[in-house]
Amino acid sequence: MLRRLKELRRYPTAIFGIAVIGLLVLISVYAMIALPYSEAIRLWRGGPGVWDENPRTAVPAWFDLFTRDKLPRTIVVSTADAGVKTVERLPDGRNRIQIMLPFNYPYEGRNGFPTEVTLFSEAVYEGTTRPRLSVQWKTPAGETLTLATNRPMRTSDTYYISQDSQLLTRFGTLPEVGLFSEAAVGVPAAQRTAVKGEYAVVVQADLPEGGDFNAKLVVYGRAHGLAGTDHRRRDIMVALLWGTPLALVFGLLAAVGSTLTTFILAGIGTWYGGKTDFIFQRITQVNMVIPTLPILIMVGQFYSRSLWLMLGIIIAMSIFSGAMVTYRAMFLQAKEAPYIEAARAYGASNFRTVFRYLLPRIVPVLLPNFVTVVPSFVFLEASLAVLGLGDPILPTWGKVIHDAQTQSALYKGLYYWVLQPAVLLMITGFAFAMVGFALDRVFNPRLRTV
Amino acid sequence: MANELLLSVKGIHTWYELKKWGVFHAGFVRALDGVSFDLRKGEALTVVGESGSGKTTLLKTILGLAPMTKGEISFNGQKFDGKSDSAGWLRSRVGFVQQDPYGALPPFMTVRRILSEPMIINKFGTPAEREQRIREVMEEVRLLPVNDFLNKFPHMLSGGQQQRLVIARALVLRPSLIVADEPVSMLDASVRVEILELMRRVQKAHNLGVIYITHDLSTVRYFSERVFIMYAARIVEKAGVNEIIHNTLHPYTKALLAAIPDPDPENAHRYRDVPPGEPPSLVKPPSGCRFHPRCPVRIEGLCEREIPPAFEPVRDHFVECWLHKT
Repeated sequence: MLRRLKELRRYPTAIFGIAVIGLLVLISVYAMIALPYSEAIRLWRGGPGVWDENPRTAVPAWFDLFTRDKLPRTIVVSTADAGVKTVERLPDGRNRIQIMLPFNYPYEGRNGFPTEVTLFSEAVYEGTTRPRLSVQWKTPAGETLTLATNRPMRTSDTYYISQDSQLLTRFGTLPEVGLFSEAAVGVPAAQRTAVKGEYAVVVQADLPEGGDFNAKLVVYGRAHGLAGTDHRRRDIMVALLWGTPLALVFGLLAAVGSTLTTFILAGIGTWYGGKTDFIFQRITQVNMVIPTLPILIMVGQFYSRSLWLMLGIIIAMSIFSGAMVTYRAMFLQAKEAPYIEAARAYGASNFRTVFRYLLPRIVPVLLPNFVTVVPSFVFLEASLAVLGLGDPILPTWGKVIHDAQTQSALYKGLYYWVLQPAVLLMITGFAFAMVGFALDRVFNPRLRTV
Repeated sequence: MANELLLSVKGIHTWYELKKWGVFHAGFVRALDGVSFDLRKGEALTVVGESGSGKTTLLKTILGLAPMTKGEISFNGQKFDGKSDSAGWLRSRVGFVQQDPYGALPPFMTVRRILSEPMIINKFGTPAEREQRIREVMEEVRLLPVNDFLNKFPHMLSGGQQQRLVIARALVLRPSLIVADEPVSMLDASVRVEILELMRRVQKAHNLGVIYITHDLSTVRYFSERVFIMYAARIVEKAGVNEIIHNTLHPYTKALLAAIPDPDPENAHRYRDVPPGEPPSLVKPPSGCRFHPRCPVRIEGLCEREIPPAFEPVRDHFVECWLHKT
């Protein structure tokens, strides 16, 4: 058996396939170490505060390779780092706190504009009257624009600068375009280009004695990370990374569970024959006319969409499937083979007959079959996810495709969103198929080339 | 020595149960229905019969592969109850040559493996002795040069070489009896004689008992001292080769002999007497003599009523036919 497996080295496709599977396994291990299961689930669930500093639907950073100008990345400036805070005591006892948030904006060109600009602030103060916040914008040219004055500040305040309708009217274009371009009169908004240089935001508020506040400016870019982000600002990398072990485990468990169980039951049925075989055959015939997908959809709709429940149902339903008929046919044929009779004639025990004569004939068919059936279960899981029956909490490749589909990613030109998980699915299928075909050649002496 | 009894078979019956829907009893197929004979050491005998006459079941019953319903088998004076579990001692003394050489060889084993399996199972010698025996037996069946064949798989051999390998496997444990189930019927005519001569040579060299099964009377003369004719689960005639050809007694044997093709151009215009009808059902065999519905010389009122016992009108020539009542 091992000697046979070593022969795989003779097939470049097998080596390539094994290398790809190995890579996928490494990715899985890395994903599980770098992002523990609970952490991955927390990140994928998202919610306030988790992905605040990520842009929406940003392309992967390597898109730079295909664009003339470097795509803008997200810039975060806060009091904690580059921000400069000055406190001035007012005659009425209040503190005038001014925070300057300077940042260098290195991007230019038609696509150099950020996607969003948001100012977050956290304030601590006593009393019921909300402090007033004023915001000013300094351009590299030295101009100062007042963005807001007397804005009532909540303790946890978010000022969506790019959604400010007053700014929209004032600039005659999107606020982020107005803020990062020279306000040349008469230049249509579509032809404006971003200007690089030193920008700054100055935030000022008067707080009662003992009060304090901190601010954070996020200038959202157009590219993020190695995999981009989705509509909920989530890093798609989380799903791509964690989707790998989930897909492999799901595919392997389903393949092992169904193939092996079917194989053993088919063996038992044919070896003992009679009533056992009769019952197994009837169950198989009934089960084969029951379609799997509608049952999974029904369970998903009315009971639970847990990945592991789906796995259980898939395994349970595929035990008495068409494979049962195939294996039974193989067993029947192999059992009646003259060489089995010969082995019995020279005294081979039941055990030896089964393991030395019967299985070596079947396993060569089983093993390639088993390897090639793994991706079909991976695809089944992805199909379920695309149909909206994916596991509600686990990040899987199929769910990324599902999100992309519901957000009309292809219509909006966000190809990366669909292509990355799709390519991973295809690579997985391809790798297993190549190994499977090579195994078939190795284990099937008649296909072997000399 | 030559007259020592090797195998003695007395009144064996092998019935297969028929089941309806895999559960309910629906009768028996009487594949063997009262067969008796003796085989001496170093004697070759041929069993001839149509398809479905029980020839193969006879072999399988002797090998313990088919469940014997009743009867008695003794090998070298030792009783064998026909059950495969208690046949261990018999395994190493009987070699089995099957009909389809390719099917008889496990396709996933090399020649060396195929030949060592019976020895490993029957705990024959040390690995070095086994290797020695493999070479010996391969030389005996002319799979030469041995080294070229040892690591080949069966599909790399020709049909004739495969059948030699099957014979080598049957010989590897130094058995005293070889049972061969139509060993040449799947081979090219050119290889048949070669294989039969090989078997004959091996038989003479080791003084083996051989039971050779065939449906083809033309190969009988190459081989054996005695011929058994089987019809519908019974041996209807037993005699020496020359005796049975020159002094045929049973009407069925006469019909079989008449059916042997003879390379004579005149035959194209000659009408051959072929017994009408077909071999009877083994589930409900005809009453009395099983051949009577097809028999041209049947005795009305006797043949369809009573099963003829084995008469011996000539010495060592037994026939189950009322015509030859002694």
